[in-house]
Amino acid sequence: MALSSQRQPGYSRRARYSLFAAYVAAVACAVLGLLLLVVSVIDPTGFGAVRGVATDATAPVSAGGRGIVRWVGSAADEIGAYFWAGSKNKALSAEVAASRPKLIEAEALARDNLRLKRMLKLIEKHPDVVATARVVSSSASSTRRYAILTAGRSEGLRSGQPVRSSEGLIGRIVETGILTSRVMMIVDPASVVPVRRLTDGMPAIATGRGDGGVDIRPLSAGRNPFALKDIFVTSGVGGIYEPGIPVAMAVRVDTEGAIGRPFADPDRLDFALIQTIFVAPDVAPPAPGPAPDPADAQ
Amino acid sequence: MNRKLRARLTPTLSVLIGSAMTLAPIIADAPMLPPFGLMMLLAWRLMRPEYWKIWAAAPFGLFDDLLSGQPPGSAVLLWSLIFLAIEAVDNRLVWRDYWQDWAIAAAAIAFALTGGLVLVLLSGGGGGLSLIVPQLLISILLYPLAARIAARLDRWRLAI
Repeated sequence: MALSSQRQPGYSRRARYSLFAAYVAAVACAVLGLLLLVVSVIDPTGFGAVRGVATDATAPVSAGGRGIVRWVGSAADEIGAYFWAGSKNKALSAEVAASRPKLIEAEALARDNLRLKRMLKLIEKHPDVVATARVVSSSASSTRRYAILTAGRSEGLRSGQPVRSSEGLIGRIVETGILTSRVMMIVDPASVVPVRRLTDGMPAIATGRGDGGVDIRPLSAGRNPFALKDIFVTSGVGGIYEPGIPVAMAVRVDTEGAIGRPFADPDRLDFALIQTIFVAPDVAPPAPGPAPDPADAQ
Repeated sequence: MNRKLRARLTPTLSVLIGSAMTLAPIIADAPMLPPFGLMMLLAWRLMRPEYWKIWAAAPFGLFDDLLSGQPPGSAVLLWSLIFLAIEAVDNRLVWRDYWQDWAIAAAAIAFALTGGLVLVLLSGGGGGLSLIVPQLLISILLYPLAARIAARLDRWRLAI
């Protein structure tokens, strides 16, 4: 099929001018987009406010359908649970029996820990929960991993606050509208969370991969110390995230570190707790010892 | 709906609804939703070249930016460039059929997705090219569907 000839204006001067004007407008729009991009990189708050209004207006649409999607998802899981029910039951019973003494041990340890902390007069400020909100939609077509929460500035949310579910860390707030807010999930490639291995407290950094996993890299150089099924929790280093929130479990180990799967599985997110920003406890720096006497050194 | 209004607004609304697909209540852990807004825009543009002015991609891009989570301005820029490029192709290739349209749309989608990734990288995000490959394939394979929907809507909006 041949295209219509409207874009070839022929000898009409008027038509040619208006076509030229449209080209100029198109190029101007492209340049405008570039400027908008530059402005948003330099000062993200301005456009964030506009975007907040957009999410405020559209979140009810997502919230309505979320229940259905979750119901369908969990129905599939329910059916799946019937397969191998017998062997699963046996395995779970064995696991319960094995973990009961450990639970008692852990309780004793927790008490011990509390006592020791009191002795040290170390006061930890536990972050308060600011609000509870539902997670309704996400940036599914973008390479950013954002989710939308149904709570905003009116409930006291501010950007930077950590967000967690009952299972683990979800991420932190990057933009707030009046009624909704945007969370950068820990699987976003720009997200960095300081973590430690649960068993021995080895420090590491969890960076999002963008494909649903997190890269876990040890801070110490040398051989890769991680093994499969290592559990990582937030370490609280640098503030923001309260220590001890489950982050991810190592599902693959490579030469440099491990790839973890987050405990807060995006498919099953429903409710999220928004906490105040964790402030690392003030610890006085060790008192400086007596200055070495230059006469002594000689 | 008023017949005149229907003929006038159907293409615009279908593109806006396509952009709004990202409001679907799914919490994705990887980019996998095709850019439906862009696909509808391309389908209309390739089917009815004279319907929109060349600059029309920019306002649609702005709407998409509000919802998609991409750095603001990225779709305005990329979609405008796509429209300019298609305009250039139109001036070269006068005789066209379905396959050429699909190839043009595939190139445009690939440009938009990789461009989006690059702009995310420049604005402080991260991620590699392998991240968008599945999304890219799905989008290109789904483009004929968008073209079909646009054609069906076109018949409906112009029906007497």
